[in-house]
Amino acid sequence: MTIAIETHDLTRHFGDLVAVDHVNMQVPKGSIYGFLGPNGCGKSTTIRMLCGLLIPTEGGASVLGIDVLDDPEAVKSKIGYMTQRFSLYEDLTVRENLQFMSEIYQMSRTDRAQRIRVQLKKFGLDDRARQLAGTLSGGQRQRLSLAAVTLHEPELLFLDEPTSAVDPESRREFWEFLFDMVDRGTTVLVTTHFMDEAERCHALAILDQGVLVADGSPKQLMAELPASVVEVASDTTRIVREVLLELSEVIDVAQLGSRLHALVQPDVQNPTAFLGAALERKSLLASLKLVAPNLEDVFVMATLGRGADR
Amino acid sequence: MRLLSGARILAIAKKEFFHLRRDHLTAGMVVGLPIMMTLLFGYAINQDVRNLNAGVVDEANTSASRALIADAVATQVMRIVSRAGSPRELEQMIAAGRISLGLYIPSDFEERLAQSRPPFAQLLIDDSDPIVLGAARGLAQLPIRQQAIKKDSPGTFELRALYNPERRSPVFIVPGLCGVILTLTMVLFTAIAIVRERERGNLELLITTPVQPLELMIGKIIPYVFIGYIQISLILLLGVSLFDVPVRGTMLDFYVGAGIFVISTLTLGLLISTIAETQFQAFQLTFMSFLPQLLLSGFMFPFEGMPRAAQYLAELFPLTHFLRIVRGIVLRDATLSMLTNEIWPLVLFFVVVMALATARFRKRLD
Ligand SMILES: Nc1ncnc2c1ncn2[C@@H]1O[C@H](COP(=O)(O)OP(=O)(O)OP(=O)(O)O)[C@@H](O)[C@H]1O
Ligand SMILES: [Mg+2]
Repeated sequence: MTIAIETHDLTRHFGDLVAVDHVNMQVPKGSIYGFLGPNGCGKSTTIRMLCGLLIPTEGGASVLGIDVLDDPEAVKSKIGYMTQRFSLYEDLTVRENLQFMSEIYQMSRTDRAQRIRVQLKKFGLDDRARQLAGTLSGGQRQRLSLAAVTLHEPELLFLDEPTSAVDPESRREFWEFLFDMVDRGTTVLVTTHFMDEAERCHALAILDQGVLVADGSPKQLMAELPASVVEVASDTTRIVREVLLELSEVIDVAQLGSRLHALVQPDVQNPTAFLGAALERKSLLASLKLVAPNLEDVFVMATLGRGADR
Repeated sequence: MRLLSGARILAIAKKEFFHLRRDHLTAGMVVGLPIMMTLLFGYAINQDVRNLNAGVVDEANTSASRALIADAVATQVMRIVSRAGSPRELEQMIAAGRISLGLYIPSDFEERLAQSRPPFAQLLIDDSDPIVLGAARGLAQLPIRQQAIKKDSPGTFELRALYNPERRSPVFIVPGLCGVILTLTMVLFTAIAIVRERERGNLELLITTPVQPLELMIGKIIPYVFIGYIQISLILLLGVSLFDVPVRGTMLDFYVGAGIFVISTLTLGLLISTIAETQFQAFQLTFMSFLPQLLLSGFMFPFEGMPRAAQYLAELFPLTHFLRIVRGIVLRDATLSMLTNEIWPLVLFFVVVMALATARFRKRLD
């Protein structure tokens, strides 16, 4: 297994703010690597450093075997970067935008026409080819962006929240497309706030306030969660939640629909009985069940720990 | 440094044309601004002063005094709007702004004439306005119709105006206007074109591609060179057809000279684009660089009349040199090869500012 991205103590300050704090990670080639974390935790900043757009304050990274500090330009011809904000030209048509990108990457003339046709079709934009990019819907824009940054078939793809405005159906197609690319050897680093998307990644990194607080495959992260998860169903979830949060053995309680997920310290022997007793003392009715952790639990756990530290 | 790619430069230039095609306001400005400015400067701004409001006090009231007044009016510099009883009254009318000139002929006018004892009469002028002062100076030279006066002898020198004997101001102004409009629009358009990409977030994508700063810069300025040519052609066409501006040199020299100027002044826009963060800042910086050029280049005020320091400063501006080039070619039938003294500063400006802009432009966000 070869490595596509490797960082060592990658750090970036903005004045007093430490946006990315000594991040060490490895992204294997040919995988989809997910970046999770609350708003402002440093996901975009990390990607920008990996693309050579921001200089690290400390540490460094090698991308596709090239040191980004030494030769950022060598990296640039091999990667595609889909920015979080739409960054194609709103006053150019869909086709003109793709045309422009193909020319910038110096694709051959015949290649160009062929690739543009393929991309338009693949991303369901053929009947929008003459429309101005600025008049596309949010989801269409994101499809266009992805079409544009994959036009030159980069070895490594950075996607910053590529599906934030995409409907569930298109999101599935989006991910199928990513898997297609990975099958052909592309490496993808993608940030997302959707747990279902995170679950599809080969590996994940969770960032919180610039620090990498957890990484590994989704399975591994869920299996190794240092907490028991108790699902609580009740008619009075609000009061139940307040009662549970007062217990020092309870790390956090998240509401998932009509049920609660309580994260309990792993040293509590029988968490269901323990929580049941606590609720009984307040004469609250609830049915409790020990469940396998899901990714959201992992996310809550990972980002909570540091919040408490500070 | 890697080799520049012509294909990428072309791609950027093409894209810039697409932007222009869809941006009707800017496209309108490209054509509208030179037309408007040429008409404005050609018709409205006229340095020959005419029909200043004047008041007259004629205490002599003789045929000679009336002849003098008639001659003064005949120059068309002034027209009489009021007659007054005393010089004091004239002063008050000037203070009130009702007249700019007061013509006072004393009661002993004829005696003074007979004895050749000047001054024969007095002009009171509102010199709070320098234009009036200039006009009045001309009026003061007015000869008096009287055989007895020998003052009316010819001057030492005979004057031969070679290029604009009728002193028509469009002839001076239109060629210069080419330079002024190009300076404004070229710098503004290029500065805006790059800052806009930064403001709209396009640059984050663009600098992640293999495009090189110099490719970006050259690609960006190509469309504006074309625009520059459209503008000066328009100005010249209007100047020739509406104001009879003579074009004495060859068009080839004119266009080559203009091309050198356009390319060198464009680089200023590129430099501004590496400094300004927003389009508004780009606007302000453009005007900041434009005003001293407008004032010191010799377009508005005579270059020779400026203090040394200002002249040295003005020598740095592309506009100063282009004004000399364009006046030379259009009015004096000079060839470019006679004007090398004005061309090398433009080339030097291009090299220095382009290098600065390219060095300042980073393919980075910080
Ligand atoms: N150019 C900058 N100047 C100052 N602070 C910045 C700059 N860019 C980012 N930051 C700060 O750095 C932190 C990390 O920002 P970043 O954009 O990387 O977050 P993110 O994880 O991508 O968040 P989101 O999920 O909202 O996109 C934030 O607190 C942000 O305010
Ligand atoms: Mg972000």
